[in-house]
Amino acid sequence: MSGATFLGMPSFPGAAKDALADTQLRRNLAHATATIRGKRTDAVGELDDWQELREAGRAIKERTLRHLDRYLLQLEERVTAAGGRVHWARDAEEASRIVVDLVRSTGERELVKVKSMATQEIGLNEALAEAGIAAYETDLAELIVQLGEDLPSHLLVPAIHRNRAEIREIFLRAMGEHGAAAPDGLGDAPAELAEAARRHLREKFLRAKVAVSGANFLVADTGTAVVVESEGNGRMCLTLPETLISVAGIEKVVPTWQDLEVFLQLLPRSSTGERMNPYTSTWTGTGTGTGTGTGTGTETGSGAGADGGEGPRAFHLVLLDGGRSDTLADPVGRQALNCIRCSACLNVCPVYERVGGHAYGSVYPGPIGAILSPQLRGGATESDRSLPYASTLCGACYEVCPVKINIPDVLVHLRARMVDGGRRRPVPKPERLAMAAASWVLAEPSRLAAAQRAGALAGRLLPGRRGRGASRLPGPLSAWTDARDAPVPAEESFRAWWRRTRR
Amino acid sequence: MREAAMSEARAEVLHRIRRALADVPDDERPQDVPVARDYSRSAPPGADPAQAAKLLAERLADYGAAVRLVPEDAVARAVADALAARGAARVVVPGGFPREWQAGLTTEGTGTPVRILSDDPRVPVSELDRTDGTVTTAATAIAETGTLVLDGGPGQGRRALTLVPDYHLCLVRAGQVVFGVPEALARLDPARPLTFVSGPSATSDIELERVEGVHGPRTLEVIVIV
Repeated sequence: MSGATFLGMPSFPGAAKDALADTQLRRNLAHATATIRGKRTDAVGELDDWQELREAGRAIKERTLRHLDRYLLQLEERVTAAGGRVHWARDAEEASRIVVDLVRSTGERELVKVKSMATQEIGLNEALAEAGIAAYETDLAELIVQLGEDLPSHLLVPAIHRNRAEIREIFLRAMGEHGAAAPDGLGDAPAELAEAARRHLREKFLRAKVAVSGANFLVADTGTAVVVESEGNGRMCLTLPETLISVAGIEKVVPTWQDLEVFLQLLPRSSTGERMNPYTSTWTGTGTGTGTGTGTGTETGSGAGADGGEGPRAFHLVLLDGGRSDTLADPVGRQALNCIRCSACLNVCPVYERVGGHAYGSVYPGPIGAILSPQLRGGATESDRSLPYASTLCGACYEVCPVKINIPDVLVHLRARMVDGGRRRPVPKPERLAMAAASWVLAEPSRLAAAQRAGALAGRLLPGRRGRGASRLPGPLSAWTDARDAPVPAEESFRAWWRRTRR
Repeated sequence: MREAAMSEARAEVLHRIRRALADVPDDERPQDVPVARDYSRSAPPGADPAQAAKLLAERLADYGAAVRLVPEDAVARAVADALAARGAARVVVPGGFPREWQAGLTTEGTGTPVRILSDDPRVPVSELDRTDGTVTTAATAIAETGTLVLDGGPGQGRRALTLVPDYHLCLVRAGQVVFGVPEALARLDPARPLTFVSGPSATSDIELERVEGVHGPRTLEVIVIV
């Protein structure tokens, strides 16, 4: 049921080519991204202080990352004082093992899950399945992906590549195998599909003893965890089970409770284009700690409960490194850790809109994925090294980023890092040759003129048809045209035309 | 043995982080990294509580909640009317919910009489699933975003009460409404279990089309007491 994996995916150019040929996928994506772009623009436009909020968000993240060890220790201390337990994981495997052991110690064989990028990153569902534990995804889009034995393709809407008709088919086919079946007369209206998901999952929520979640934010000075969601599946998982295990990257920590006033404004408006998402839940340990703030000064409410009281009796927080400390070591690349997983950069990216999320071969697709995945995974594979090229450097991603990650800057930086990494190869990489050639040509006007004459001549010899672009460049430059059409050079350059008509 | 592995992992992650931050001077303190809070942290000048309540109502309605502005002396009547219109026969009312606001529920004449379930002792979850709804108060509300915040205080109940039943009727006083997110967070106690509710449960997971009502209450009604 959760057999799909990103391992062994082809590198970006190969996967992109397949995705581009899928016209249904392109239609689904174009429709969805256009919708969400419009909503985001409206929601952001309502706030006069949006740029100030972005700057504060960026600055808080910078402060956090530069003093990450201190904030993590403070978080650990506060969570522990409030009755929670903190676990540290060096890598994906260790994190999965910790969760599997924790679930085993409860004696349960199934659990409900809130959508979480961190648990996808560590392949938790696969590890649980191997241990004989069934993990039920409860976010609607994750449910669609899980029932369809598919892969997620978007941070926020993992089933963005599926349209309503495809989702209906998946529900009719697969729901019955894993619990309450979809009703016979199921239509494809989104409201009907949502109703089917509600019925399918309700029995699972009511009987679940263990839940696994991620966390959008972890507040160091109070030990508070925050989950931001829409459907109420998060609230179900955080409220009804007896044991809650939350897995979060070490970069999810924010210094103070007050800092949430920035992120709880930035995230929903950037993510779903809403002023506020329908539900946000916060909890501090198991709620057995003593109150610190003003509040209403009453005694009811806090305290753990079994029968759906104020939340789980046992709370475990698993802090995941998983390549984050390596990412932190690069002062330029480090800003990728500012990411709050809103997915605004995906929705505005011309490359993402055309190829979709699967082509990136990573749980983090789109522009942020192109800078985050190779850093988290160490850039060891061909797939990772191709990712910083999965961009036109148009800069739209930076414009919309709520925490001002300069994605184009980091892309260029990583390209340099990865190309430099190949310096000892006997044959230089084409892009290094091309850049070296360009700097030589551009340094002298006479050389540029000569190059342009040569280009015009070559244009007449190239196989592409006039006005349609050369389909394939020769020699080492063919790598460029494998993924793009190169325009046919003009017969006469601007410089040549200027000289001819002005004299 | 697991304890040993855990403390080893902890030490190593912290060591890696410190090594990665070699460019950060040893004497730099967190507050040396400037954070400019130039964004709005209070209500716009001249905004009064009545305006905030009105904005809250508009924004809640915008996300599919039914909202009524009701004067204090008409609250009991409004509660009874709302439940009658809903056709709710059994509703859970948490401890601490003002008695005078339940007064309308005992009088007949507005339709079906409503049976009130007290949550003391706690109503089991399976039973909650069979009730028709919940009536609660709130800790505070945010006008700009159309958000109600519950902190489990008197009249608000534990989280499950406003989650499992399909209908939530929430009462909030105009005096509890703040303009923006920063003011609300400053009023709230992070040690308490907080739930921020902005409209009924919703999803945009199918073609990014917003659908109201998935797992949480599919109908949210709000009475703002002015």
